[in-house]
Order: sequence, then C-alpha cells, then structure tokens
Amino acid sequence: MSQSQLSNAQVTHFPVAAGQVGRLSQALMAMVLGLFVVGVVGFSHIDVVHNAAHDVRHSNAFPCH
Amino acid sequence: MSTFRSIVFSSVIAGFIVGLLVTVAQQFGTVPLILKAEVFEKATETHQHEAVPQPAAAGHDHASPEHAGHDHASHDHGAEAWEPRDGFERNAYTAAANVLTAIGFALLLAGFFAVRSGATGERVSWHEGLMWGLAGFAVFTIAPGLGLAPELPGVPAAPLVSRQIWWTAAALATAAGLALIVFRRSVPAAIAGVILLILPHLIGAPELAQVETNVPSSLTHQFVTAVTVTSLVFWSSLGAVTSAIFARFDHGVDARV
Repeated sequence: MSQSQLSNAQVTHFPVAAGQVGRLSQALMAMVLGLFVVGVVGFSHIDVVHNAAHDVRHSNAFPCH
Repeated sequence: MSTFRSIVFSSVIAGFIVGLLVTVAQQFGTVPLILKAEVFEKATETHQHEAVPQPAAAGHDHASPEHAGHDHASHDHGAEAWEPRDGFERNAYTAAANVLTAIGFALLLAGFFAVRSGATGERVSWHEGLMWGLAGFAVFTIAPGLGLAPELPGVPAAPLVSRQIWWTAAALATAAGLALIVFRRSVPAAIAGVILLILPHLIGAPELAQVETNVPSSLTHQFVTAVTVTSLVFWSSLGAVTSAIFARFDHGVDARV
C-alpha cells in the first residue's frame, strides 16, 4: 500500500509527456531483456547451455543440434 | 513501482506459473517422444562416430573415469560436454529452462501491455492478454514451424546457424505483418502485412537435399502435434496470466489519469 502511494506521488511530479517517454523506454528495456533471456536459453551455442535446455529447445521447436 | 519494475515483477511470477504448468504438459506430450527418438539417435551415433567411442571405451577399461575421476575438467577436453543425468536432474533443468523461457516471453508481452495501456489509458484485460498470447503462438510457433517442422533428436537437418537465422527472420516478419494488419486499418497496410506473413515461406527455410533417418515418420508426426498443442497451452496461459498479474502491479495507468 505505502509503495503504491509513493509511486503515485513520484509520478505526479513529472509532466505527462515525460512520464510517457519513460514508460516506453522502460517497456523497451524489459522487452530487450526478455529476448536476451530467450536467446540464451533457446539459441546459445554453448554446449552446457544446449544440454541443460535440450528438451525445452525441442519442445519449443527451436532449431537444435 | 516504476514501469520496468512492475513488468519484471509480474513477468517473473507469470513465468514461474506458466513454466511449471508447461513442464507438466511436456511430460505427457513432448518429452516421452524425445526419449523414444533418442533411442534411435543413439543407435545411429554408434555407427557413425567411428573415432569418438574409442577413447570412451578405452576410458572404461581404466576403472571408468566417469565415476571414479574427480577432476572432470581435465578429462573432458575433447570429450562430450556436461549434460544433466537422465531422470530427475534432466527434468529439473527442463523445468528451469521452461521457467526462464516463460519469463523471457512474459517480459516481451508485458512490455507490449505497458506500451498499450500507456497509449489507451486502460489496463490490458486478461482477455486482451490471451489474444496477445495467441499472437505469440502464431509468431513463435506456427510461422517458424511451417518452414522448420519441430525436430526430434536424431533427425538430420540443415546447418544450425542457417536455421536459427531463418527461424528468427520468420518470427520477425510474422510479428511485423500481424502488427500492420491489426494496428493500421488501411488496405495498403493490410496488403503489406499479408505479404510480410508470406515472404519467409516464399524464400523458404534451409533444408537438406536428402534426409536419412531411422526415426519413424509416425513418431515425427506425433511430435509435431505434441509440440504445437503444448505450445498453445504455453502461449494462451502466458498471455492471460501475464496480463492479469501486470494489471495488478502496474500503477502507471492510474497516475496518468
């Protein structure tokens, strides 16, 4: 509860436009991070990563081997 | 909570829920077929790799270094890399990889939800999230799978890097095509969108001229069905669960109004 009040207070200090730009860039950052995680688990050529995630790569129809 | 933190927080929760759910689904769907195919794969490997089994066989004469040796690093040079033991360890790594994959894709979805709700001023409902999930299914399973059918171990395929490039390009083109059709409601955009959807398949996925395998084709067909159905479970639940959790933690929309 206190956290949500705090964030509301913080956000209202910014003009709407600046808040929107911040929201877009933060969303993009999260999406790049997500693709990076998927890339390592599903596409890395490192043998150990491949062997650990082997069944998942096949089950998700990622190219494997 | 900042937007980035609420995206990451809700993606991690959704990733754990969906990753574990899909791990269970895979145990009934895809994993038994992978294990069956590996029996065929190992049968061919012992015929093909003439040089590789020799040092391993020699090692077994010296009191089996796999069990006795403690410095694996020195033994492993040139030999097979580490892999999880069959059974619990292997399934534990599968579960972990599933959770990570789900977190990764949830980050992508929640990023879209944040942009979407920022633009409309309304939270993305679980129902809209479900449809985003189905779009993910089309982009990451159906489109790449049309050209590169889900592979079983032991079935030879074109060089890995060329397939990874085509897979990525097919997913990108499909995502862009769908976005043009859904978000630009004009005839030229729709035509361009459909062309983008078709383009990767006109170019064609990398293929081998000849595929010789002793994995039965009935097993391959069962696997394609199993992969597609478990992936549908993955994407529909990931879309709905991620949007529901993100709507709960995202306060950016309230602040804006």
